[in-house]
Amino acid sequence: MKQLIIKPEKCIGCRTCELVCSFGHYGKINPKMANVTVFEYDEAAVAVPVMCLQCEEPSCMEVCPMKAISRNEVGAVVINYNRCIGCRTCLNACPLGNITYHPEARRVFKCDLCDGEPKCARYCPGHAIVYEETDTLPDKRKLVGERYRDVLTGEGVS
Amino acid sequence: MSNGYTGRILRVDLKSKTIKKEPLNMKNAEGFVGARGLGTKYFCDEVDPKVDPMSPENKLIFMTGPLTGTCATSSGRYNAVAKSPLTGTIGAANSGGHFGPELKYAGYDGIIFENASDEPVYLYISDDVVELRDASHLWGKDVYETTDLLNQECGENFRIACISAAAENGNLFAGILNDKHRAAGRGGMGTVMGTKKLKAVAVKGTGSITVARPDAFFKECMDARDTLAAHPVTGAGLSAYGTMILVNIVNAVGGLPVNNGSAGSLFETADQISGEELAAKHLLKNKGCFGCSIGCGRVAEIKSGAFKSRGEGPEYEAGWSFGADCGVDDLGAVCKANFLCNQYGIDPITMGVTIACAMELFEKGYLPEEDIGFPLRFGDAEAMVRACEMTCKCEGFGKVMGLGSYRMAEKYGHPELSMSVKKQEMPAYDGRAIQGIGLEYATSNRGGCHVRGYMISPEVLGIPMKLDPLVTEGKPATLKLFQDLTALCDSTGICLFTTFGIGLKEIAGMYREAVGSDESDEEILLKGERIWNLEKQFNIAAGVEKDTLPPRLLRETLPTGPAKGKVNELYTLLKEYYAARGWNEEGIPTEEKLTELSLN
Repeated sequence: MKQLIIKPEKCIGCRTCELVCSFGHYGKINPKMANVTVFEYDEAAVAVPVMCLQCEEPSCMEVCPMKAISRNEVGAVVINYNRCIGCRTCLNACPLGNITYHPEARRVFKCDLCDGEPKCARYCPGHAIVYEETDTLPDKRKLVGERYRDVLTGEGVS
Repeated sequence: MSNGYTGRILRVDLKSKTIKKEPLNMKNAEGFVGARGLGTKYFCDEVDPKVDPMSPENKLIFMTGPLTGTCATSSGRYNAVAKSPLTGTIGAANSGGHFGPELKYAGYDGIIFENASDEPVYLYISDDVVELRDASHLWGKDVYETTDLLNQECGENFRIACISAAAENGNLFAGILNDKHRAAGRGGMGTVMGTKKLKAVAVKGTGSITVARPDAFFKECMDARDTLAAHPVTGAGLSAYGTMILVNIVNAVGGLPVNNGSAGSLFETADQISGEELAAKHLLKNKGCFGCSIGCGRVAEIKSGAFKSRGEGPEYEAGWSFGADCGVDDLGAVCKANFLCNQYGIDPITMGVTIACAMELFEKGYLPEEDIGFPLRFGDAEAMVRACEMTCKCEGFGKVMGLGSYRMAEKYGHPELSMSVKKQEMPAYDGRAIQGIGLEYATSNRGGCHVRGYMISPEVLGIPMKLDPLVTEGKPATLKLFQDLTALCDSTGICLFTTFGIGLKEIAGMYREAVGSDESDEEILLKGERIWNLEKQFNIAAGVEKDTLPPRLLRETLPTGPAKGKVNELYTLLKEYYAARGWNEEGIPTEEKLTELSLN
């Protein structure tokens, strides 16, 4: 199973992900209608793209009174708009703020992994958002190991 | 509207404090595209070319393009248009960041500011809510302070464009800074904003932009992004090293002016102020403007020493103006001076070249030490930063330097030592070593400037074809094409840097699908030529001086380097250029040309 992986150290803060996301879902260009938002921290010289990472036990799915939220075949937690009544309970339930409402869309929305081909990952110029098999995750864990190595050999001390 | 435009502009009378929302003039939008072109069209239709740029009758226009804020690559641009107080020409300065797109999401293609307020104000825009608010507590504050205070006051997700104290106190090359670090930098657009007592524009928008043919538009945009990603300059070089990558490249052709151009254009220690050096020692990260796949922006820090500082940049032009042009090879000092210019909202090209000019005046004995307050010699990094800081803060001799090199050199009896065209300082390429860029400086509609037809692309980088920098052949026709294409690119709302990797075909393609036009590439390029001629017409009516270069470039041969013995062959170039433009020998557009462009 693939999943979205965020690499803030590579994010240049351009917000291309917001553009292609809103366009891909609504045919409109509007960062406020995107399922992803980039936060930029000037002082730390850091930018972080944030979106739903498809919880194992999604609060949104649990609280939905209409049972409109389910997991699809690519692992995305998706909203069935035929059942959704727009009560926004899910928006309140998500502890991470990854469900949004916009008056122009007139509905709640969240990342649906674009049916297995997320546009944010496809077009991110800095490769700060990637869509990869989850078995690549230990690569990141390996970085922690390397950090220990560097510190213990004195290379990482600055 | 579903054509890339929002279809509305704001008209703000700063004197009567009335704010009107009016429909965008679609006929003009069709003819002049947007941003630079459309802003200039509105300006030319509404303002007397003879207007005193510092008077309330000068207008200040913010204008976006049909591609601004869209999926088109590097679409963060807007233009500020006014008559320039530095040059007396039409002024149009272009900036990236996130401000322009936010203005469109709020529902406006542009803003026309008329007259002047008696007391400091800022314009607050939150979608349909538009208000002039008191800015007396912000007056005198620098760019960073103003931005932070407005983000506290309006909300952290507002985008801010503002001026600094320099713009309020008569500095003639103050810019408008948005998102803290991005500048509509050249020609004193911030100065005009200062005369209007308009401190800032704060905007937040939640609306959408829609285009005429969404699927085709998306494909054009994404194909262009893929092309840019695969190109060595836009896909690798600029993101790794920023524009400072040019330092060593331009120095290698002997085109990097040293000591105000008085010591030729080969800087021995150029590698110490290069993009490679910056990346190796001081770069924290690279940064992209809105929707940009290139990411040339630098976030840099000088961690210790006399020049300890942090900010964004420097760009190549500032790297050179504070570096080689002042004979300084201390990258820390160069960064510090550049960051000061950002914080205090002034143009670092004009600043650096003005300091270099003051250094030459001082060394030649024309400018007494008591006027400056300290010795100001080429190569003195500390004195260079001091001169920059006093100009930023409008202190002492900084008030004289704040008028730019031409007025300063004239005051001391030697205007020929000002390396400027139409009183605006020429950037970082020597027109003696690179003939076409000399012609570009001479003919630029906003005075000495490199981004009106970037001849360095063909003459040095070989993009899209290689031209020998030392010869004149082929340059005038190429320059005309570059100027027209640049006018078009600037007017669509995307960044000129995209043209390293994409050209007319891609820009016209995105424009066509966004606005829903069926015009050919050539018909779309003609809009660029129309914009160029409109700017020229304004300048002629304003009584701007003829196209020429400083005597140094025409008479003093280069002493060293690959271009040794060369001067700029301007008069040969100009004659051919006017012919290529369909202008008469005096450089005035003919009636036939104006008819062809529907400008009369």
